[in-house]
Amino acid sequence: MNAIYSLLLVLALVVIATLGAGAAKMQTIFAYCVPGTAFIIFVVGFVCKIISWAKRPVPFRIPTTGGQQQSLDWIVQNKWDNPSTGPQTAMRMLLEVLAFRSLFRNTKVVLKHDEGKNPVVAYVSNKWLWLFALLFHYSFLIIVVRHMRLFLQPVPQVINALEFMDGILQIYAPVLYQTDMLILAGAGFLLARRLFDAKLRYISLVNDYFPLILILAIALSGMYMRYIAKVDVMAIKEVVMGLTTFHFKAPAGIDVSFYVHLFLVSTLLVYFPFSKLMHLGGVFLSPTRNMPNDTRMLHYENPWNNPAIKPHSYEAYEDEFREPMFEAGLPLEKNPEEAA
Amino acid sequence: MKLYNGGKIITGLVIFLGLFLTPLAYNAGKAAYSQPKLKMPVNEKECVESKDFMRTKHMQLLNEWRDSALRNGKRVYVNSKGKEFEISLQNTCMKCHTNKAEFCDKCHLDASVTPYCWDCHIQPEGLKK
Repeated sequence: MNAIYSLLLVLALVVIATLGAGAAKMQTIFAYCVPGTAFIIFVVGFVCKIISWAKRPVPFRIPTTGGQQQSLDWIVQNKWDNPSTGPQTAMRMLLEVLAFRSLFRNTKVVLKHDEGKNPVVAYVSNKWLWLFALLFHYSFLIIVVRHMRLFLQPVPQVINALEFMDGILQIYAPVLYQTDMLILAGAGFLLARRLFDAKLRYISLVNDYFPLILILAIALSGMYMRYIAKVDVMAIKEVVMGLTTFHFKAPAGIDVSFYVHLFLVSTLLVYFPFSKLMHLGGVFLSPTRNMPNDTRMLHYENPWNNPAIKPHSYEAYEDEFREPMFEAGLPLEKNPEEAA
Repeated sequence: MKLYNGGKIITGLVIFLGLFLTPLAYNAGKAAYSQPKLKMPVNEKECVESKDFMRTKHMQLLNEWRDSALRNGKRVYVNSKGKEFEISLQNTCMKCHTNKAEFCDKCHLDASVTPYCWDCHIQPEGLKK
């Protein structure tokens, strides 16, 4: 049901854009007002969300430990999975962000049988999520960077090179981008695992399905524009450059699929700061990842501790409550006679 | 209210803003962008198909022409008005569009498109010599 609601939501967005920019001829609103507002909400919302997270103290030093911690000299430490210094933690973060190292460790529970045909619960490696998540995220990144050809004038050489490499197979005209295929495979897998794995379907909500279906719809509308509708790219560049240089010209002669694509992207931008998509910024603020495991070397002070409350040792505690504890028959380090 | 690890987080936010505001900074102060003006052929008013068709679908037509001429050996194209053309980049297209820099490149540079026509064909500038 959650998946269907999400699909209906995205379809409603498509209908709004089709009717608004197509039938109602509100091209200027859909070309400039909506995306401009969406971008402002995205940037301001993103910054506010990060600042609000930065205000929250981390009470404990809680890095997840995925290997041997620093110990005696002759025990080999797993420096990337259990870092104990700043540089090691930075390396761990870098690998996490660029290579999704924690997803690579993903396992699943299976039932196997030993030689005597007795059932055995086993944990086996499960790399599909890691592989398709990697495909999806890197394709998305390349696609966003590639779009800069419409945002920058003159187009920098880096963007030209990326554009060329992405279409290097030279299939069809205009050339097919590999990333278009890969993002469909990546996002398609991420959606399929929620739909077909019963355990995942049970815990999946509208806010899990909606961004996935929205991103799939963005990719599909973009591909429709390029490969099927064959929209007028130069007219679109004029609109997009109008947005980035603040010289707005009434758009003309652009296929309605462009407005649908733009409206879906605007929705994604508005939705971004208030949703799970904030893991873009949140991954850097994960206490389980960005703290070194050095609790055996350094004392970690809980930032919200009241400085007026001094440490209270057990000895002091016993000194304070010796008489009542003795009367209650509790075991004591020192009896009242010894203490006196 | 106090920020925890404020220095690092603000640095990260500055990088984030820098990345996302790059297009605005890159284009700042530049004049409004207009589509490039093409140098149209002087002695011919109509292309093989309508202007709108050629604007958006010329690459598709060129691809069909290549397949038709080179793979199927069919060298005659009948357009939507029933007029016949010889399927040939050198002899039909480049008869009018003689200058790549003044015609093809104008949009292709702005749209960052690198067609592979000239992997096999001689560029139109070469024809002028």
